[in-house]
Amino acid sequence: MTDHLPDTGTSPGSTGTGSGTGPAEPRRPGLAGRPGARKKERIDRLAEAGTLSEEEGVSLWQSAWRRLRRDPVFLVGAVIIAAFVVLAVIAPWIAPHDPAARLLIDQRTTSNPIPGPQPGHPLGADDAGRDMLSRLMVGARQTLIVGVLATLGGLTGGLILGTLAGGIGGWMDGVVMRIVDVMLSIPSLLMAFSLAAMFARPSQWTVILAIAIIQIPIFARLLRGSMMAQRHSDHVLAAQALGVRAPAIVFRHMLPNSVGPVIVQGTLVLAVAIIDAAALSFLGLGNPDDTQPEWGQMLGRAQQYFNTHPEVAVYPALCIIVVALGFTLMGESLREALDPKSRR
Amino acid sequence: MTAQPITSPRPAADGAGEALLSVRDLTVTFGRGRKAFRAVDGVDFDVYPGQTVGLVGESGCGKSVTSLAIMGLLPGRGNTVGGRVTFAGEDLLSMPADQLRDRRGRDVAMIFQDPLSSLNPVVPLGVQVAEVIERHKGRNRSDAQQEAAAMLKKVGIPDPDRRLKEYPHQLSGGMRQRALIAMALACEPRLLIADEPTTALDVTIQAQILALLKELVSESGTALIMITHDLGVVAGLCDEVNVLYAGRIVERAQRHDLFATPRHPYTGGLLASIPRLHEERGRRLTPVPGSVSDNIPWEQGCAFAPRCANAVDVCRQQTPTLVPDRDAVGDDRLLRCHNPLTANPVDDTPTVEEDAR
Amino acid sequence: MSTPDPTPGSGPAAGPGETGAGTATAEHDVLLDVRGLKVHFPIKKGLVFDRTVGHVYAVDGMDLQIRRGETYGLVGESGCGKSTFGRAILRLEDLTEGQVLFDGTDLASLKGEELRRQRRHMQMVFQDPLGSLDPRQTVEQLLLEGMRAHGMTKDRDAHERLTDLLREVGLPRTALSKYPHEFSGGQRQRVGIARALSVDPQLIVADEPVSALDVSVQAQVINLLADLQAELGLTYLLIAHDLAVVRHISDRVGVMYLGALVEEADADDLYEAPLHPYTRALLSAVPVPDPTVEDTREQILLVGDLPSPANPPSGCRFHTRCPWRQETRCDTERPALRTVEIDGVAGSHRVACHWAEQIASGELQPHAVTVSGVTDPTLTTHDDDSALGAKDTAYPTTDGG
Repeated sequence: MTDHLPDTGTSPGSTGTGSGTGPAEPRRPGLAGRPGARKKERIDRLAEAGTLSEEEGVSLWQSAWRRLRRDPVFLVGAVIIAAFVVLAVIAPWIAPHDPAARLLIDQRTTSNPIPGPQPGHPLGADDAGRDMLSRLMVGARQTLIVGVLATLGGLTGGLILGTLAGGIGGWMDGVVMRIVDVMLSIPSLLMAFSLAAMFARPSQWTVILAIAIIQIPIFARLLRGSMMAQRHSDHVLAAQALGVRAPAIVFRHMLPNSVGPVIVQGTLVLAVAIIDAAALSFLGLGNPDDTQPEWGQMLGRAQQYFNTHPEVAVYPALCIIVVALGFTLMGESLREALDPKSRR
Repeated sequence: MTAQPITSPRPAADGAGEALLSVRDLTVTFGRGRKAFRAVDGVDFDVYPGQTVGLVGESGCGKSVTSLAIMGLLPGRGNTVGGRVTFAGEDLLSMPADQLRDRRGRDVAMIFQDPLSSLNPVVPLGVQVAEVIERHKGRNRSDAQQEAAAMLKKVGIPDPDRRLKEYPHQLSGGMRQRALIAMALACEPRLLIADEPTTALDVTIQAQILALLKELVSESGTALIMITHDLGVVAGLCDEVNVLYAGRIVERAQRHDLFATPRHPYTGGLLASIPRLHEERGRRLTPVPGSVSDNIPWEQGCAFAPRCANAVDVCRQQTPTLVPDRDAVGDDRLLRCHNPLTANPVDDTPTVEEDAR
Repeated sequence: MSTPDPTPGSGPAAGPGETGAGTATAEHDVLLDVRGLKVHFPIKKGLVFDRTVGHVYAVDGMDLQIRRGETYGLVGESGCGKSTFGRAILRLEDLTEGQVLFDGTDLASLKGEELRRQRRHMQMVFQDPLGSLDPRQTVEQLLLEGMRAHGMTKDRDAHERLTDLLREVGLPRTALSKYPHEFSGGQRQRVGIARALSVDPQLIVADEPVSALDVSVQAQVINLLADLQAELGLTYLLIAHDLAVVRHISDRVGVMYLGALVEEADADDLYEAPLHPYTRALLSAVPVPDPTVEDTREQILLVGDLPSPANPPSGCRFHTRCPWRQETRCDTERPALRTVEIDGVAGSHRVACHWAEQIASGELQPHAVTVSGVTDPTLTTHDDDSALGAKDTAYPTTDGG
């Protein structure tokens, strides 16, 4: 260990990045006085640590998005959802007829309550003589509103409860989780019926509220679980050791690392919310105003004619299935993309 | 029992007789097309009966994939295995799956790093050990149980009859690894592959397991392939050592020769970068700079070149081949390097640096 | 990067000395003084109401002094409580009993904001470099966080300091905008070290800082830790299972077994002349990367596994596996850490063994260990580790020292 001073600096030139480290260097007490030597050593140490690309860093969400863009499953789901959303927005303008107008009411007879397909009305009409195709198209809007708002409501409630339980912990955790357990112990549809039935006048909003509430416990439990896992992770411990304040630890470290699965669950729950809303409408607890069509409500009305005219039920049911499938595909591929184990 | 000297003389592989296992040009590729990644890239080695061969390298060098490929345990999809693996005259790679399954366990056995995940958590230990014996030796259940108990006793598990009724989680880490070794040895395999068998264990338990393995090899003449990243383990156990880097063997030597005169800069770098128990304190370690992510592909030269203090221009232009190393101390040495070390970097001599210039 | 103010005498030189510890370190400038530290984790059971059915005695009576500017190595096998101890002195675990005097302040009595401010002076480097870095934060955010928490971003240009920090640990400036998953293992550990340094600490607790890294990279981090100590005057508590690593960078070494120190000495003394049977066994079990040494050395093979810390043996914790165990005292009386009168053994060398002198002189010879009625001379096993969950209800109250 004799040749240390400046001569290690001669080797890098010829061979490039890796050769900066010569043999053993001695311990160096106090480098401040030797700027030249210090700079050289920095260069050596840079080489020792290995190379880094010059590009900007890529966050987890960014790298997940890069993978998602090439994932056919995600793309199929995304196309379905995009079509659904676009339809929901522009349906009133492109629908061939007014969905509330009873155009074919004349053709309705006691022997044939459902006017069949005919020119101008490719899918026929419903039992009130309203154009089926127009109702399906315009129905996308209500369905989307119910699904998205109900899920958002559930998500928000779940996030609040989950953060309280997982972030504060201790007795708060106990209280919140017991409440959640009680909610989970009641079958969710039964609870939705009870909630919806509690309102004197059922409306679109009672449906949304009922469905949002029944979804809270699912989100809360999920978030609390993953926050608990974060609480014991090394990086939270490290932040604690740094003296970072508790709220900052919860909101900067624990929550962002826990919401991934919750958001994925959200996309999956959206499909369930639409179906649940359909179930409520089906049982007559939905929006009584049928001038604003909604798929679940259409499905509900179709039950009386199911034996003779199944197509009246099949059309909205198919729409619900396709949209639910879209959300499920998107959610599943999102879950996979966010899984750190699958990252390359 | 304590204070026993570990001086079992190792039967040197004299090369006489036929190789039990012969691996030729073994190549494992994951993925296809442009994304393809070669985890193992043309690995050759032989294992003779009673010999212990070490595969040494860091994470990502392909040592574990090599062992899985030999055992035919790689998942069928997403990878391509090329080359030849001959065991006692039969090619394992082209063997039908059911025949291979028969070989596994009876002739070739394997123990893994994590003993807990290698055991079925919901089946009592006894049933798992007995199952192996039943299957490969054709014993009936009660005979197999007895044999299993004897096996556990042999690997140093006390009160085997009680242990046989227990589930894997009820055993300690060392005990689980012993149980795995018992399972592996139950059918007296001719070749045992140990993939980092002691990495998850504490040093005192590691010493127990290594002593056990040594004893088994010297008593029963089983051949052993020891896969590890720990040069200390290699130094005490292996006859022949293969150092792997980025999927290729970069150096092969008998154990004493390798540690006395490492020739490949990577081997030298590994040796110089580990702190020693028996040396003066405060010696500055000489790390290998960078990490495996700095490698260049073998096609463009030597994969280790970017991290190599000995690298010269040719290292980045020409792929080095694994050739007999005539300048080195000791026979049967192979080396894949354009500019090998001439002195042991662990001895405090700065010759390495001078040679590089 | 100011070096800590070396005011001697601010430490509690010889504290309420009930042990012999105070005298040994009185003349040195003690930065961290741990006295009678205990961390017990309750084992809870029950469907509705949790009932404490026992305790895991993770740390059970630790006395330890770390001097300013030194590296104290703490070794032991997994489950011996060394990591819990490291977290406990940073108050990342709840302390059951004892004092942690850091530069004269008893951390055990601090709460809330006071404790938070104190955290600045002691930092931790973790074993798993990826797990200890928040995957959603850039390196810049990670480094700034601690500085912000202690108001260190106000007085001078924070970015200049960031660049300095990265330079100290040998990372390029481009690292700032990157996320932890974009680095290699060794680089991540450098980020972890930079984060620990970001608040200008005096003491760094490094819990297995290299054991998750590749062998060739370990040396980089070991050298870096040594350099930083020389440059910044840091004090280290290095917790590791790898005795060679500990020996390499530690000034003093403590060996831990089942929650307490069994031996403590200057690194050279400990490795030259280990006094405690456990230390001897531990040292002899380390594989040495030298075939000539491996072929000739004597190895003490210990019997069995570490007993469960939920149900530690009575008396000397090691007596169930000890080849030198005697009929008297060992299983009834818990030995205290004491200095011994043996030729050639330094006064700073302390050991917790009743028979250290007799073992060192060769008066006592090792014998086969027999446990739980099994008398296999080579490999027997102590078997009470299967019950971490309260099989027995009679837990011994453990305070023998």
